[in-house]
Amino acid sequence: MDIFSIIGTVDYGALLPELFLLGFALVVMLLEPFLPERYKPVNFYLTVFGLLAAAGGSLWLWNRAGVNFGGMATSDNFAVFFRLVFIAGTLLTVLVSKNYLASEKFANGEYYALLLFSTLGMMFMAGSLDLMVIFLGLEVMSIPLYILAGFRKADVRSNEAGMKYFLIGAFASSFFLYGIALVYGATGTTHLQEIYNQLPTLQGRGDFLIYAGAALLTVGFAFKVAAVPFHMWAPDVYEGAPTVVTAFMSAGPKAAGFAALLRTFALFLGDYKEAMVAVFWVLAVLTMTVGNVLALVQSNIKRMLAYSSIAHAGYVLVAVVAGGPDGVSAALFYLLAYTVMNIGAFAVVLAVEGKEGSNQIGDYRGLVNRHPYLAAAMTIFMLSLTGIPPTAGFVGKLYIFSAAVSANQIPLVVIAVLNSLVSVYYYLGVVVAMYMHPSPAAEKNQSFYSLPLMLVLALTVWGTLQLGIFPQALLRAASDSLVGLF
Amino acid sequence: MFETYFPLAVMIAAATVIGVGQLVLSHLLGRKSKSPKKLIPYECGVDPVGSARERFPVKYYLIAMLFIIFDIEVVFLFPWAVVYKQLALFGFIEMAIFIFILFVGYVYIVKKGALLWE
Repeated sequence: MDIFSIIGTVDYGALLPELFLLGFALVVMLLEPFLPERYKPVNFYLTVFGLLAAAGGSLWLWNRAGVNFGGMATSDNFAVFFRLVFIAGTLLTVLVSKNYLASEKFANGEYYALLLFSTLGMMFMAGSLDLMVIFLGLEVMSIPLYILAGFRKADVRSNEAGMKYFLIGAFASSFFLYGIALVYGATGTTHLQEIYNQLPTLQGRGDFLIYAGAALLTVGFAFKVAAVPFHMWAPDVYEGAPTVVTAFMSAGPKAAGFAALLRTFALFLGDYKEAMVAVFWVLAVLTMTVGNVLALVQSNIKRMLAYSSIAHAGYVLVAVVAGGPDGVSAALFYLLAYTVMNIGAFAVVLAVEGKEGSNQIGDYRGLVNRHPYLAAAMTIFMLSLTGIPPTAGFVGKLYIFSAAVSANQIPLVVIAVLNSLVSVYYYLGVVVAMYMHPSPAAEKNQSFYSLPLMLVLALTVWGTLQLGIFPQALLRAASDSLVGLF
Repeated sequence: MFETYFPLAVMIAAATVIGVGQLVLSHLLGRKSKSPKKLIPYECGVDPVGSARERFPVKYYLIAMLFIIFDIEVVFLFPWAVVYKQLALFGFIEMAIFIFILFVGYVYIVKKGALLWE
């Protein structure tokens, strides 16, 4: 390719959110060793400001699609929607982290810089039109996550989480890369649109390469979004990682994995649609069922939420199977709703676990007597995760299931609804423990409130109810995100 | 497509047969005399000193990793040098930004004391 065909198309406006994040991440990282101890909170404010600037840049790009790097990266509405989801997830994480970092004596500059770098990677994943850019985004997103998972250096379980996540993540990346190589072998390009254009000409010739490549790409994505049978890392990593990092990992990176997956498969399936739908059908059923059934027997709330996040990946896969504009916009809405309610639930976990508390579900017994507001917030998140109105989770599931019904996937919807019923048991188990069981004799954990944490709880409760009661605006945004894609 | 790869397959098969065959044959036909001296690991003819499974100080890994990062930087500089004239000022600025980002990392590790040996 001529060098100038790439240079000629750099549109810095379309890269604005990424440039903001990169700039602020570098500043935070550079300031960290120079700032004296008492000015360390500056890092926190810079991070929040950088995220807000990136959010502003993203909003400005709405309906203003620009293409970059010779067509390899875009900032269409689909990318903008996901960017805002990632920024929301990161911003909520940063807010809950402030007091946690102080109590854990974390090096906070590195922590914030890594969060920003990881978010930057997610943004590239959502905005990429080329498999190589998806891969680069995947790595930029994942490598900071490996470090963050092992951030509690003195804690063996945190070390295990970091190591396990790193090894399995590297393994998944190699699958993904091999998939790219095979697709390139079949079509001679890594650009999604060109692959799509090539597909009809491939019948018979290089056909099996495309199938093998698509299978390996699916494995790579399935690892990243923790879909069964590629989920084994998730419970251990979620349990061992610091709770703030778990909150971050369960929302943004999962949404980023789905953003790239939807771009690759939902939009560019072409002639291979039926084969891929069958694969995702099986993945969706396995993911929902295994996630929900294993969540039933967990006694640690972080492990329970890990299996629940696996189950939720299954619901989004139902939307992937449904496909088409309805399915994709239902997936977008669901990922947004999931980000809000799940980070809210983790904020409560963080408040309850206190300084060095454990995360047993038993610790939640009688929480209503000790912290009525925390208990009320947790109840809303649990209802939303179950999918009970008037919460975000209900509307999200409703749209996914109706998209699947109109795509004639009735048996899949039946399985999904049965799975939702199973999930009632373990979500409401927490609520029952909070409201109907007496407090343990001695309060084990010193729960802590802090202003940013309360702000996060207020924001997530409001978001969960807002998306549940008045979802129209964001549903329209989700369907407007598909402008120019179908 | 497969015809073009046929010589390669023959080559692989021949190499495997010869390689494995020599080992198997010498194992089956060769004379064995096992004395304690012959069974110790070969270390350039010198008697082995201690175990090979020693722990190295972690700072070796740290230095090695940091070295690789800046080594890769040079790898990226070479293609730039080749097309420097065509890229002109645009390429210069882009590479300056790239090197600046790595420089930020360098300042960070120096300031954090990652390069201090003691």
